[in-house]
Amino acid sequence: MAKRVGMEVGIAAAEAVGMCNIDMAAVYPITPQSHIAEHLSEIVADGRIDAEFVLVESEHSSISCISGASGTGARVYTATSSQGLLYMHEILPIVSAMRLPVVMANANRAISGPINIWNDHSDIMPQRDAGWIVFFADNGQEVVDMTIQSFKIAEHKDVMLPVCLNMDGFQLTHTVELIEFPDQKKVDKFLPPRKPFATLHPDNPVSMGTLGMPEIYAEARKAQDMALINSKQYILQIWDEWEKMFGRRYNPVETYRADDAEILMLTMGSMGETAEIAVDQLREKGMSVGLVKLRLWRPFPFEELKAAVKNAKLLIVTDRAVSFGGSGGPVYIEVKAGLYHEKVRPLIYNYIIGLGGRDVPVPSFVEIFEEAAQAAEKGVVKDYEYYGVRG
Amino acid sequence: MKKKKWPETWRTINPGCMVLDAGNARTYLTGSWKAERPEWDDSKCIKCGICYIFCPEGCVTENEDGLFRADLDYCKGCGICAHECWPGAINMVEEG
Repeated sequence: MAKRVGMEVGIAAAEAVGMCNIDMAAVYPITPQSHIAEHLSEIVADGRIDAEFVLVESEHSSISCISGASGTGARVYTATSSQGLLYMHEILPIVSAMRLPVVMANANRAISGPINIWNDHSDIMPQRDAGWIVFFADNGQEVVDMTIQSFKIAEHKDVMLPVCLNMDGFQLTHTVELIEFPDQKKVDKFLPPRKPFATLHPDNPVSMGTLGMPEIYAEARKAQDMALINSKQYILQIWDEWEKMFGRRYNPVETYRADDAEILMLTMGSMGETAEIAVDQLREKGMSVGLVKLRLWRPFPFEELKAAVKNAKLLIVTDRAVSFGGSGGPVYIEVKAGLYHEKVRPLIYNYIIGLGGRDVPVPSFVEIFEEAAQAAEKGVVKDYEYYGVRG
Repeated sequence: MKKKKWPETWRTINPGCMVLDAGNARTYLTGSWKAERPEWDDSKCIKCGICYIFCPEGCVTENEDGLFRADLDYCKGCGICAHECWPGAINMVEEG
């Protein structure tokens, strides 16, 4: 029987990794990811799992270390946040280009400066084009489920790509939630040992990370792009399998009271749950509002997004990061470009919210909905704006 | 392993550009991007072999007559052989 326990989500993330039969992990601690690093090292030190926990001197080393281990056929894990993820940046595109399955948790935190340890999405957005599969979890249950799913997705023989699972720092990582842990035997059945495509072994030498001259580089890049785009079908298959075994459904684009909604808001991560309450309140007042929550950031689920917003008159895209000097937040830019060729498309507004741990409570979401609705009624065309910024 | 046609298409390329057999450097022709190639004037050559010694790619070899040539499949056109050849027997010629 599955157990339901009250547990801090960061600890639960490490517990979920502990259920995945990993061979090794290399994690450098950084707030707000530290509890994952600490608890996973405890799980290994206590002998609860048979795995190596490698002490590394930096995030550049942790990602390099697990990638090398992945090349030998090992099941590997790391976790990071903010500046740590930025320090990994040089290695991230190499991992995906080498088609090495690794799983990494990112406890979303603002990047410097000013120095800030609190939650937003400015750490993951600069990694957008690194060629990784990128997920966002909304709550603790999703963190546990998606951690387990991520290994299966990354290692699938037709995927072979690194996966980054984002969970909001503090809002998720340091919150105690009621979480249902799946049965270990069922997890073992869902996630059998890795069957690598090739391994680094002296008995059967192969080369990984080779030189690609001008004659082959562009073909290599297209092959990698297609691998990432094609990974979506296997992600969907694995989510189907998860639903059959564990009863919880996962979709690239989740919706909440969105089917008949004239006004939709798009969120990523834990703020979606707060926005749901605002949707309920406004629905009670008779406002036709709903929510679209993006779970899969890369490969971007264009078809699912188009289907979710096709009947809406207004789409409010929330961003938790800034693209300085750009035409809006990174999510807004992607969504707007994705809908450009549609004959019928909603008016799209962009609110940059919740930067560096700025709280966005239910009344703020209500205010955004109402303010945007009034502007849309007047037919105002506008690009991004910072919500709640003084001055 | 089945021999592939070079250069491969994006569909036939190995995942992650992995090379799945050992001892393959010989089959990977890396000299395609040179801008100049060395040409020997054998009448000036004194067969000292300094070109052979200095070639950083190791692609200069001695033939049966004791004369030297570069394997253009690997030569990058760096011109070190021509620079070092003190009798001036090597000219760097622009690739057509």
